[in-house]
Amino acid sequence: MTVRRPSRRRIHLAAHFPGVNNTTVWADPRSKSQIDFSSFEYLARTAERGLFDFFFLAEGLRLREHKGRIHDLDVVGRPESLTVLNALAGVTEHLGLAATVNATFNEPYELARRLATLDHLSGGRAAWNVVTSSDAFTGENFRRGGFLDRADRYTRAAEFVQVTRKLWDSWTADGIPRPFAHRGRHFDIAGEFTVPRSPQGHPVVIQAGDSDEGREFAAATADVVFTRHGSLEAGRAFYADVKRRLEKYGRGPDDLKIMPGVTFVLGDTAAQAQEKAYRIRRQQVSPQNAILALEQIWGVDLSSYDPDGPLPEIDPVAEPGISQGRTRRGDSVVIAEKWRALSKEKGLSIRQTVIEASGRQSFVGTAEAVAAELDEFVQRDAADGFILQPLITPGGLDEFVDKVVPLLQERGAFRTEYQGATLRSHLGLPDPVRKG
Amino acid sequence: MTSSHGRGLLHLAAALDQEGAYDAGSYVERARLAERGGLDFVTLGDTFARPGPDALAVLSRIAPATARIGLVPTVTTTHTEPFHVQAAVATLDWVSRGRAGWQIDVSTTEGEARLFGRRHAAPVDELWHEAGEVAEVADQLWDSWEDGAEIRDVATGRFIDRDKLHHVDFTGTTFSVKGPSIVPRPPQGHPVRVIDATEGHARRTAARHADVALVRVASAAQAAAVREQLRRTASEFGRNPDSLRVLASLLVDLGDGEHAAEPGHGGGGPRQSAQGPRYRGGPVDLAELIATWHTNRVVDGFHLTPTEPRRDLERLVNGTVALLQHRGLFRTFYPGSTLREHLGLAKPANRYAVTGATSWTGATS
Ligand SMILES: Cc1cc2nc3c(=O)[nH]c(=O)nc-3n(C[C@H](O)[C@H](O)[C@H](O)COP(=O)(O)O)c2cc1C
Repeated sequence: MTVRRPSRRRIHLAAHFPGVNNTTVWADPRSKSQIDFSSFEYLARTAERGLFDFFFLAEGLRLREHKGRIHDLDVVGRPESLTVLNALAGVTEHLGLAATVNATFNEPYELARRLATLDHLSGGRAAWNVVTSSDAFTGENFRRGGFLDRADRYTRAAEFVQVTRKLWDSWTADGIPRPFAHRGRHFDIAGEFTVPRSPQGHPVVIQAGDSDEGREFAAATADVVFTRHGSLEAGRAFYADVKRRLEKYGRGPDDLKIMPGVTFVLGDTAAQAQEKAYRIRRQQVSPQNAILALEQIWGVDLSSYDPDGPLPEIDPVAEPGISQGRTRRGDSVVIAEKWRALSKEKGLSIRQTVIEASGRQSFVGTAEAVAAELDEFVQRDAADGFILQPLITPGGLDEFVDKVVPLLQERGAFRTEYQGATLRSHLGLPDPVRKG
Repeated sequence: MTSSHGRGLLHLAAALDQEGAYDAGSYVERARLAERGGLDFVTLGDTFARPGPDALAVLSRIAPATARIGLVPTVTTTHTEPFHVQAAVATLDWVSRGRAGWQIDVSTTEGEARLFGRRHAAPVDELWHEAGEVAEVADQLWDSWEDGAEIRDVATGRFIDRDKLHHVDFTGTTFSVKGPSIVPRPPQGHPVRVIDATEGHARRTAARHADVALVRVASAAQAAAVREQLRRTASEFGRNPDSLRVLASLLVDLGDGEHAAEPGHGGGGPRQSAQGPRYRGGPVDLAELIATWHTNRVVDGFHLTPTEPRRDLERLVNGTVALLQHRGLFRTFYPGSTLREHLGLAKPANRYAVTGATSWTGATS
């Protein structure tokens, strides 16, 4: 019997639908449709079987392009998130339902209404991941067109969330709509909201974005932060930084949950898990993907290079725009130098270098080891929980739910049943205070 | 199968609108009831102007709780983003496995414009012109993925065949869209477009873009005239008029007994009211009216809005529909699974696909 320390912090868990991204292993024979509803239903039911806090959908508003043509190597094509989540509300009972929706290419009145409707139809399980990533490339699909500078993206997003909450607060407790008006830098709107206050009052607000502006925005407005910190030390630093920012907004450390997005590979032994993880990396970094990764850094056509051969001797050109619809990180000259050094030192081919140098699975090991490590992250203030990014659609969560969840429960680190009905109650978030 | 024998199949639809309903339960219950009656589809109205939930959301919520019935939410085109609208409708088609429709409507008031603060109210003809452009760009975006674009070819490392994805490069009067869609082509190719064609400007847009036109008229003669006009205008736009279904839209109050003392207000038919043409009588009398109008080819079917949501839908299904089925005038089961199949409409060929290639055409036509 494990002794349950009452002070022990509980882990929050969410599942990311592994649809469109370059970590999904679509070449695996177990990989099924990323668009059929059956895939969404399967993964959501698995997450609910595992008593997860919520199910998460990312968003992309323009298909990525590379060298002026539609990128064709990774999973492409996804349904619209809120519509899928409304359908999932019909086949789940407790699971939170989180949609990523861009604040630049939407309008507060309409989105507030769609989110409040999801909250009603799901009995209080809606969440909105506010993203701001957008450029002129994405803007070409929208009326408002163009793009906003980073600073403006965040001021618009902040005002967007503020207006949205005003709308959610606009009905009285006894169900009477009151007129609202808002006049700010980005929005000048007035009228009456068409949806009564929803079960959660305010659907949960999630923020994803790492910059200083992003962190500040999260501290000021979000209930959950979705980050990308895989290591314990990086996680602890981020955690301390963001939690420190809360006080100035009159918020306590428990009012904002920090949940890194992580991947995992499980094996019967540590060695087997490592081997499996390497096999997955080879599937993620196909020969074609290796060249593409290189082209994104070098900024030129490298299609004549052999992925099993050495790295190019030529230097990267600082020409932006070889890839569109995807964020490029860091200085390409520096990265190229680092990669070349790595390749020389270990005698690696292009493909091996990319595998070695770019992202890897966050948690690799036996179910026991992974459970212990996840728990350690939470107990040592590197995270409040995790957004798991399974690698296979839609069965990639099965093993985790069957093997790791029971171990977390044994440790007293994870719930054994849902206590409340709403996503706020799963996350232990306070009820929103009604303003006005 | 249809027009050459005179009268085509009878099509029936019902509205699920209910004031003050925001929870899923009552919508699910009534959609299932309508499905039990074999109705072609249910509609749910929407507007930014008066209380009510997001209609597309409600019908998505209903999708997994039903199996056959078509789901037709109103989605407006004036203050919304065409790219988002087409993606949401396509997604409703995915989650319902081919049962999505879209009732296209516009927002005409300054009050609605103030909720967005982006533009002022515009003349109705401009708004319907824009709605037509939104319908057009939606068609193009739905075609922007050819069937079979997803190849998952491990040997070449390609997930998709990029030659089967297309930029639409659409430029309209008030917006432009680059494309392609983020959503692969939906199961029906194009979800079914429904337009209330009662008013003039909407009627032209309906003749050009709708699969189903609704007309709110109180007399058989009027209905027949509007149907003829819609079919003629559709031909002028280069369409086959048989690809357009025209349904009479009536409010129904079935509060009376089996037979009303004065069915149809004594005149045997609906009567104009402030809310639109309204039929008051018993379920049997309504069956009589439907059978007569349909047999005389006045309309292809009916779209009925219960005055008392639960009561009237129940009487409609258990009374009117049962009787029409008994007389062999209405289906007793769904022979197909998509809304297009219920309506006898073919799956549109993809404009980008090479003719005669992979695209599949509906079994019914
Ligand atoms: C973990 C994580 C997940 C994200 N998911 C999405 C997404 O699904 N869609 C999107 O458009 N942007 C997404 N973003 C982008 C962010 O919203 C943000 O706009 C971007 O990171 C740039 O902002 P920053 O400079 O503050 O990081 C994500 C970012 C992070 C860190």
